[in-house]
Amino acid sequence: MKMVKSTLAILTTATVLGVSGFAQAGATLDAVQKKGFVQCGISDGLPGFSYADEKGNYMGLDVDVCRAVAAAVFGDATKVKYSPLTAKERFTALQSGEVDILSRNTTWTSSRDAALGLNFTGTNYYDGQGFLVNKKLGVSSAKELDGATVCIQAGTTTELNLSDYFRANGLKYTPITYDTSDESAKSVEAGRCDVLTSDQSQLYAQRIKLANPDDYVVLPEVISKEPLGPVVRQGDEEWFDIVRWTLFAMVNAEELGITSANVEEMAKSTKNPDIARLLGAEGEFGKDLKLPKDWAVHIVKQVGNYGESFDRNVGSGSELKIERGLNALWNKGGLQYAPPVR
Amino acid sequence: MQTHTFKPDLPPPALSVGVVGWLRANLFSSWFNSLLTLFAAYLVWLILPPLIQWAFINADWVGETRADCTSGGACWVFIQQRFGQFMYGFYPSELRWRVDLTLWLAIIGAAPLFIPQMVRKGLYGLAFLVVYPVVAYWLLHGGSFGLEVVPTSRWGGLMLTLVIAAVGIAGALPLGVLLALGRRSDMPAIRVICVTFIEFWRGVPLITVLFMSSVMLPLFLPEGMSFDKLMRALIGVILFQSAYIAEVVRGGLQAIPKGQYEAAAAMGLGYWRMMGLVILPQAMKLVIPGIVNTFISLFKDTSLVIIIGLFDLLNSIKQATTDPAWLGMATEGYVFAALVFWIFCFGMSRYSVHLERKLDTGHKR
Repeated sequence: MKMVKSTLAILTTATVLGVSGFAQAGATLDAVQKKGFVQCGISDGLPGFSYADEKGNYMGLDVDVCRAVAAAVFGDATKVKYSPLTAKERFTALQSGEVDILSRNTTWTSSRDAALGLNFTGTNYYDGQGFLVNKKLGVSSAKELDGATVCIQAGTTTELNLSDYFRANGLKYTPITYDTSDESAKSVEAGRCDVLTSDQSQLYAQRIKLANPDDYVVLPEVISKEPLGPVVRQGDEEWFDIVRWTLFAMVNAEELGITSANVEEMAKSTKNPDIARLLGAEGEFGKDLKLPKDWAVHIVKQVGNYGESFDRNVGSGSELKIERGLNALWNKGGLQYAPPVR
Repeated sequence: MQTHTFKPDLPPPALSVGVVGWLRANLFSSWFNSLLTLFAAYLVWLILPPLIQWAFINADWVGETRADCTSGGACWVFIQQRFGQFMYGFYPSELRWRVDLTLWLAIIGAAPLFIPQMVRKGLYGLAFLVVYPVVAYWLLHGGSFGLEVVPTSRWGGLMLTLVIAAVGIAGALPLGVLLALGRRSDMPAIRVICVTFIEFWRGVPLITVLFMSSVMLPLFLPEGMSFDKLMRALIGVILFQSAYIAEVVRGGLQAIPKGQYEAAAAMGLGYWRMMGLVILPQAMKLVIPGIVNTFISLFKDTSLVIIIGLFDLLNSIKQATTDPAWLGMATEGYVFAALVFWIFCFGMSRYSVHLERKLDTGHKR
């Protein structure tokens, strides 16, 4: 009984105080610099976003955000320690200060942004729920899926989005829900369902698991908005800015044609004022962020620009072969847009 | 004098000896058993050939990438390539000798305990139990005497599974025995505390305990004070399992006749000596199957740490299957995990059978 009581007391106190109260401006950067590394919360395994290779090195699009922040702060992308987190743990780990950044394919929603004492710093991947079908079906649009049996990989909102979409379009369907991606992939292969629905980024990973990946196609329709981005604690604007501008620097670098191969030369010899400002050859823009002058050089040199990171982890240079789509630059038909460094 | 010579014994009926006899006695003794036998044989015929085909005949054993898996069966190349990670997790590969050494020390250190002629076994065992955990922690974690620190976040694979299971068993057994004694104590305060403890921990699922330890606990602690994740899980496992052990041991204590207590008391033994010399040795012997059962379930329950993001054997495998280079190898991975778990659990159950036979002195039927 005693235990129950004291637990209750603590619970009440925690609720009253609120869990977000303790982040202070500047505290995170100071703490990070003092301990000498960035503690980064990542997924416990998501193809292309965070996974470990044979040697135990973490890789992926989400991992690259952590590495880029470390490169900006320390000039060394390896100064990161990773905490693999499950979906349920992730917000607690950030709120309690266990991690400095949460970069774990987390969808930016109003309730998460406003109610949890967290801030989303941007979007490093525009995802959305999509459909994977066998080419044999001869379907080219989700609108033709009337009467289909749909395999659902259980997620937080997958089932809801699906039923909304089918109802809005006046279509009928039979759902079969699976818990893991392996199960749902197997059942598509066995023909238990006509179509598989999940976040598009995951559908590409699912497709590789099938015996004949080329027989399957991801339909163009996206039925939900899932902007995924890094998250920090609310109340520390300085750290928030650093993480936000790290991502912007990568996108700006791609837009300006700066790659990991040419960044050093560009920093020395560029005549383009935009590039000069980003790379610290002109002005003191790093200082505003409390970062070294050449912060962006380190990011691009060690991690690459956004396009390089995308291609290497999920795009054409990877096994997943995801199209840029919404994640192309704004001037190439996508949504990736970064404010200028000025 | 005429002596009577017995006729040689007739051989037993041909149908009751040899293979045919065995078959008749064991598999076809009645029409119902025959039916069951045929049904079982049909199931085996249905399952076994495709399994063998998949796991052995069509399997790929050597190679480096998934491109080497061309035969259409199991791709054991995946297991082979990731074997180190499944065994040691993310433990730095150049420091893995420390894990091996820890294991060897456990084997060598515990070996004398299994030699029947060994003298002062109890004293040695006690010393081993005190010294070994310190040495093991120093070897695995490092941090002093020139050993590089390997934080527990890099521990993983089978090694982590064994650490959780071993610490869980070593911690839960003594605690469980104390709780069992406490529950049968004459002192009301102790009894109430023990009953409350046992009923509380038995009443919540382990998954909840782990979840609370990893999701709720950090919110209560002051910021910056982070309790090691593995430590939290270990404490949770120990407390949880000790409640189960306590109930198993209590069953044994209740089975000891009252005369044993009275006889011990009549000889002038105090409470602890009565328990330690007379009651517990008999009670523990009785409950070996129950305790081993708890240990086996503890060993399998270690894989629940998956929900708090610790990389035990199962989670290491799961994690490796998310590497885009090895997508779709889940079946091979899970089969491998099942095999490893089976080997350990079967080993434990065999050892308990051996132990029961060895200690079966007073209850031979």
